[in-house]
Amino acid sequence: MSSSAHTTKFGKIFWPLLAWIVGLMFFFPIFWMVLTSFKTDADAVKPEFLFIFTPTLENYLNMTENYDYWRFAINSVITSVFATAFTLFVGVPAAYAMAFNPSRHTKDILVWMLSTKMLPAAAVLYPMTFLTKNMLGLFDTHFLVIMVLALINLPIVIWMLFTYFKEIPKEIIEAGKMDGVSIWGEMRDIVLPLAWGGLASTALLCFIFCWNEAYWTVRLTTTDAATLSKLIEGNRAPEGLFFGRLSAVSTAAVGPIVVLGWFCQKQLVRGLTFGAVK
Amino acid sequence: MAGLTLRNVAKSYGSTNVITGLDLDIKDSEFVVFVGPSGCGKSTLLRMIAGLEDISGGTISIGDTVVNDVAPAKRGVAMVFQTYALYPHMTVYKNMAFGLKQAKTPADEIDRRVRAAAEILEISSLLDRTPRALSGGQRQRVAIGRAIVREPDVFLFDEPLSNLDAALRVQTRIEIARLHKRLGTTMIYVTHDQVEAMTLADKIVVLRDGNIEQVGSPIELYEKPQNMFVAQFIGSPKMNFFRSEDLSETGNALLKGEADILGIRPEHLRLAGKSKPLLTATPDLIENLGEVALVHCKTARGMEFIAKTTDLSAFPIGKEIKLTADKSMLSFFNSTSQQAV
Repeated sequence: MSSSAHTTKFGKIFWPLLAWIVGLMFFFPIFWMVLTSFKTDADAVKPEFLFIFTPTLENYLNMTENYDYWRFAINSVITSVFATAFTLFVGVPAAYAMAFNPSRHTKDILVWMLSTKMLPAAAVLYPMTFLTKNMLGLFDTHFLVIMVLALINLPIVIWMLFTYFKEIPKEIIEAGKMDGVSIWGEMRDIVLPLAWGGLASTALLCFIFCWNEAYWTVRLTTTDAATLSKLIEGNRAPEGLFFGRLSAVSTAAVGPIVVLGWFCQKQLVRGLTFGAVK
Repeated sequence: MAGLTLRNVAKSYGSTNVITGLDLDIKDSEFVVFVGPSGCGKSTLLRMIAGLEDISGGTISIGDTVVNDVAPAKRGVAMVFQTYALYPHMTVYKNMAFGLKQAKTPADEIDRRVRAAAEILEISSLLDRTPRALSGGQRQRVAIGRAIVREPDVFLFDEPLSNLDAALRVQTRIEIARLHKRLGTTMIYVTHDQVEAMTLADKIVVLRDGNIEQVGSPIELYEKPQNMFVAQFIGSPKMNFFRSEDLSETGNALLKGEADILGIRPEHLRLAGKSKPLLTATPDLIENLGEVALVHCKTARGMEFIAKTTDLSAFPIGKEIKLTADKSMLSFFNSTSQQAV
């Protein structure tokens, strides 16, 4: 007994301490990035100015003047919003069908969909570029970026919605059938209100994934449909080390999504508890 | 209002046959209870009538219409689920009005029917609440209300009392019986509880492994079970079966022809007194329920059975006693066919 009491006392100090250390380790790069964005490029690389320096807004001012931040930002918003909308448009009916009218193959299809996420993106880089650039003429268009973002996120969205829909008791759907509700009515009046929290968190997560996507947005765009990922990429290295400028661009790129997440938090938590049916 | 006719009804999942070639007639305004152990197909049968399960073979008719391919809502049936299955995001009023709204019933008609049903079920004061704010019993009333407002030809109940506590179960059972009297609508009720079956039914359908074992009034099933399964399933505690080794000479003399098993219900066993006993046994345990006691006895060869009595002093533990029963209360079975003789 005494040993377990000892462990508890030790654990009370040790585990929170460890959690704090790990947490701070993860947070530090972000903190450093934000800090660096307020330094001049010259100061940014000097270790003695790590915490103590003369802050400047120069990087941010340059960003809007020289790099047309808003164009990239608007592209990011357009592609993420439409990609999320399209993903839900396809994903909701798909997940509905699999949750409420499963066939013998539903499980296999779900696993297969997830397996597409295991394919390394680099493996299809050349065919994708060739196809979109030389054959379809879709390279650097909003349409292409939207479709690519939507399709790479579709599996995970269907999986999430499937799990949320599964939580709705089958009897409630059957009660709807007894009441004579149409498929569309069932969706609108029963399924979506009950899975609202799940739907909202899925949409938010999908939006975040779209916003943060870099591999394809960087490679399939040049200027017209270029997103914030491309802007960050464009500020990387070739002319030398411009850490201050790069940090400012990065901060401005992740800023909106962090703020969005922050605002949605309360909404999401409320939505999730509402989903608890019984 | 309508009766139901089931002809050669079958249900299979792949190669597994759940129900095979079942025939049943249910008269208009009858209260029919499907009863049987779990897995006997009673819920599946109810769901087939409701239209929630496909029918693999045969026909189901409600009134004169074959409804095999008719959508659930168009069959003129309403169902009350075991888990209530209320729409959690709608108020009680909206829950009850939802079906009528789907049928494009005029708003004032919906209002009239919902309020009338709420009146019957005494839930008028709850109409603005959501199911979350209701107790289990209240939720069950709303579920019944949702069925009533649709004014169906047939009510379907799928173990509606299973989720209620014991006291509420008895009360709700009585209310369902009253409701049937008041509305006079055909009701089909599924349960595994034989007490519910006995108290509610005009007609009990005993099911086992997808087959009908017996159809009859509660008293018919109790007094004249057609086979050993029904004999043991109806009545609590279940009927005792005695083989010739357990019986006295007098008892053995009663086993004639094909009959080799004597069935006696616990409540019919009594001390033989001066008359010739049917069997002798030794009481070894007593469960006193207050108004009656269940006496667990053993015959000479160790067969266990139960006698139900109000006079405990007649059953001293560990002492041999002689038992008998009225001849009119005896049942006879054949051990090979399991059927009544």
